[in-house]
Amino acid sequence: MEVSPSARQGAPRARRSGKRLAWIGQGLLLLIAVAAVVLLAHDFMQNPSLFVQIIISGLQLGFVYALIALGYTMVYGIVKLINFAHGDVFMVGSFVSFYAVTRFQLHVWPAAVFPGLPQMWVVVVGSASVVLLSMVVCAIMAVVIERAAYKPLRDAPRIAALITAIGVSFFLEFFGALSFVFSPRFIPYQRPFDVVTWYFNRGFHLVRPGQTVPDNSVTFSNIFLLIIGASILVQILLQFLVRHTRMGKAMRAASFDKPTARLMGINVDQVISFTFAVGAAFAGLGGVLYAIAYSSIWTQLGILPGLKAFVAAVLGGIGSIPGAFVGALIMGQAEALTMGYISTPMRDAVAFAILILVLLVRPTGIFGEPEKEKA
Amino acid sequence: MDINFAFLVVSILKIVGIIAWIYGVVRALGHPSRWVKLAGIVLGFGIVQIALSVPIGGSPALSDFDSGLLFQGCAIAMVVMGLNLIYGFNGQFSLGQWAFYGIGAYTAADITYRWTNGDAKGLVVVGLGVTLEALMIFGIQRFLRRYQGVPVLSAFTLYIVGSIAVGAFATVVGRWISPLLSPLLGTDTAPGVLAHGFPLQVVYMLAVLLAGALAAEVSFLFGLPVLTLGSDYFGIATLGFTIVVNTLMINSDTILPFPEMKGGRGMIGIPKLTTWFWAFSFLIAIVVVMRNIIHSSTGRAIMSVREDETASKVMGIEVANYKLLSFVIGSFFAGIGGGVYAHFIGFLSPGTFDFLVSFNPLIIVVFGGLGSMTGSLAASFGWIFFLEGLLRVLLGQLGTEAPTWRFVLYPIALLLLMLLRPKGLLGTVEWGFLKTPQVLLRKREPVPVKTDSRSAKSEEKIGADQPG
Repeated sequence: MEVSPSARQGAPRARRSGKRLAWIGQGLLLLIAVAAVVLLAHDFMQNPSLFVQIIISGLQLGFVYALIALGYTMVYGIVKLINFAHGDVFMVGSFVSFYAVTRFQLHVWPAAVFPGLPQMWVVVVGSASVVLLSMVVCAIMAVVIERAAYKPLRDAPRIAALITAIGVSFFLEFFGALSFVFSPRFIPYQRPFDVVTWYFNRGFHLVRPGQTVPDNSVTFSNIFLLIIGASILVQILLQFLVRHTRMGKAMRAASFDKPTARLMGINVDQVISFTFAVGAAFAGLGGVLYAIAYSSIWTQLGILPGLKAFVAAVLGGIGSIPGAFVGALIMGQAEALTMGYISTPMRDAVAFAILILVLLVRPTGIFGEPEKEKA
Repeated sequence: MDINFAFLVVSILKIVGIIAWIYGVVRALGHPSRWVKLAGIVLGFGIVQIALSVPIGGSPALSDFDSGLLFQGCAIAMVVMGLNLIYGFNGQFSLGQWAFYGIGAYTAADITYRWTNGDAKGLVVVGLGVTLEALMIFGIQRFLRRYQGVPVLSAFTLYIVGSIAVGAFATVVGRWISPLLSPLLGTDTAPGVLAHGFPLQVVYMLAVLLAGALAAEVSFLFGLPVLTLGSDYFGIATLGFTIVVNTLMINSDTILPFPEMKGGRGMIGIPKLTTWFWAFSFLIAIVVVMRNIIHSSTGRAIMSVREDETASKVMGIEVANYKLLSFVIGSFFAGIGGGVYAHFIGFLSPGTFDFLVSFNPLIIVVFGGLGSMTGSLAASFGWIFFLEGLLRVLLGQLGTEAPTWRFVLYPIALLLLMLLRPKGLLGTVEWGFLKTPQVLLRKREPVPVKTDSRSAKSEEKIGADQPG
């Protein structure tokens, strides 16, 4: 990590230590940090309720990213592959739920089977079954992709697997865009349940239809609560899975050293397939939640959220599950604040600028362990 | 559902023809005689020029569509050669090549667009800025050489502060100088002496070269800190750079002060100045420069960095410098490709430089074979003629969903290629001129070691025993 002087220098001259110039770089970082804090504080003082509202929308986005980022970070941790197709699995998840709801009315099956069931139970059980269906379909699809496309290339150069991943991603996007599959249009998404909105202004109040929300109040909906709840639940589940089950132990062993894990009697192929399946299931869940929250889907829906989720995983330190979570929240906030205070199209630019900045200061991400020196 | 089989056969013949043409030119360039080299270049240029311009039986052998593919192939070949230097030879997994292509395209287009509209500011500001920036970079490098082990972030800060100063200075001076040239340029309706003919060609050449230089300088500023990251992290950072640049292009009329670029609607009215002469000259120049770099000691240092960084460091190779060097040269090629492309197509839209398309150069490099210049050349032309030419037209006859089907079949081909030939179609094969020169392959005489006479004698004996 040093700019080395040219080798062509003639007579050896006593050179001063470059450490003396370290203050310049630190000054730049300090300047950026101070500028960010001042700007945020200024925005907060201007209109606190707007600021909190933006933070809430950022949280909503960030928790969806967290769901996708888990799959990236787990897969990268084990096979060291940037699985570009993961974002498209996320897209497939939202489409599966769309067809389940719109065409097959899966979200009201409890009412059809048990006519006397209360409305609330119908909604909860129906929506949960839609989500479960998406998760299962995504998991199966990821395992098929892994077995068909990635497994034969496990010993090939890494670029081959990466290009295969890009190919699978393109295939899913454009195959989905054919008219007899999903069609290339934007499709309005029908939610399996109604949106309920609350606002906070000296206490929580329910927004009734036709009612205007008073000024300086912060609104949030049941979708926001659902996304946060689901995302945190998934985090806890995954932590439990990785830390306290036999499969989790096998996953950790395989990510640490595959040949040795194989010698210890772990079926590494099975572990890798399982990892893909779990990651894809969570991406499917994220896809359903994303579609519910933003209520419009199309076949290239998964590209940018997928990429940003990957960036979130890198930001938090790839291979680390809490890192993916924290990185996703940072990405969500960065995006929401940029949309709120700078301009909507700049949100991707700012998100990636933050990535580059963080990687410069901590090359392996916030929670990442420093890489071992190559022997 | 009837497929035009004549078209299929002709398209395949065209692909074969263009590969044969590349082979011929490269073989002729590799010939030891200077006259054969010259004749090869002239012939290689002339054949295509005749096919483009002389009508045979009513229309030229290469239609407008084919010439479009040809020029696009030239531009892509330049970009891909650059990426091959960065990724194939130096091992730095970059997804940012497309961004430098875009920077080059927009810069060159802006210069000539303004020039033909009676405004010399583009040329003056970019020319001054690029020159001063280069001086600034060399100056700061000289300054930093006095210190040992300067932190990257500090060096980066110095360069960034310097660049901002240079940019501001160039803009102010450009605003002051460029009105002096306006009378000679005339206006859009009544062009002056400098606005057409030979001066315009010179401005075009300068614009393309300046576009390349600007792309190279941006890549220097970006690569300096980012190249210190590991390979995958570098890839993601460059992908991010592509997205940032693309976002800036979409907002070029609102966030950036360039109303003539028209943001997301696309820049129109770029003079179509790229002739076959220019495309061919730039391509051949890039091929020659690239080949000479690869087969020099610099090239061997670049390749050693790919093989093993630690071992290269031990051998006294400055790994960071060579990474930066190959990244800058590769981006320079991409910028020139962008300039050529912009002046051929006459219209630039941010959609062309979208990050989804940015995987294309990478895919072409791998198709052709990592670390094979011949592979890059052949694969760029073959890829353009196959995917944009043959498949688009052939599928277009099947129905309205052709563009989608094209991208359904193409990943499948990609998957099959990766499964069957993960090292690319040509591997590391090189043709003619691009082969390692015989001079470098010749067995060297062992350097005599100064020792006492007895051991020198015994060494000679051992040397004499060896065959060859």
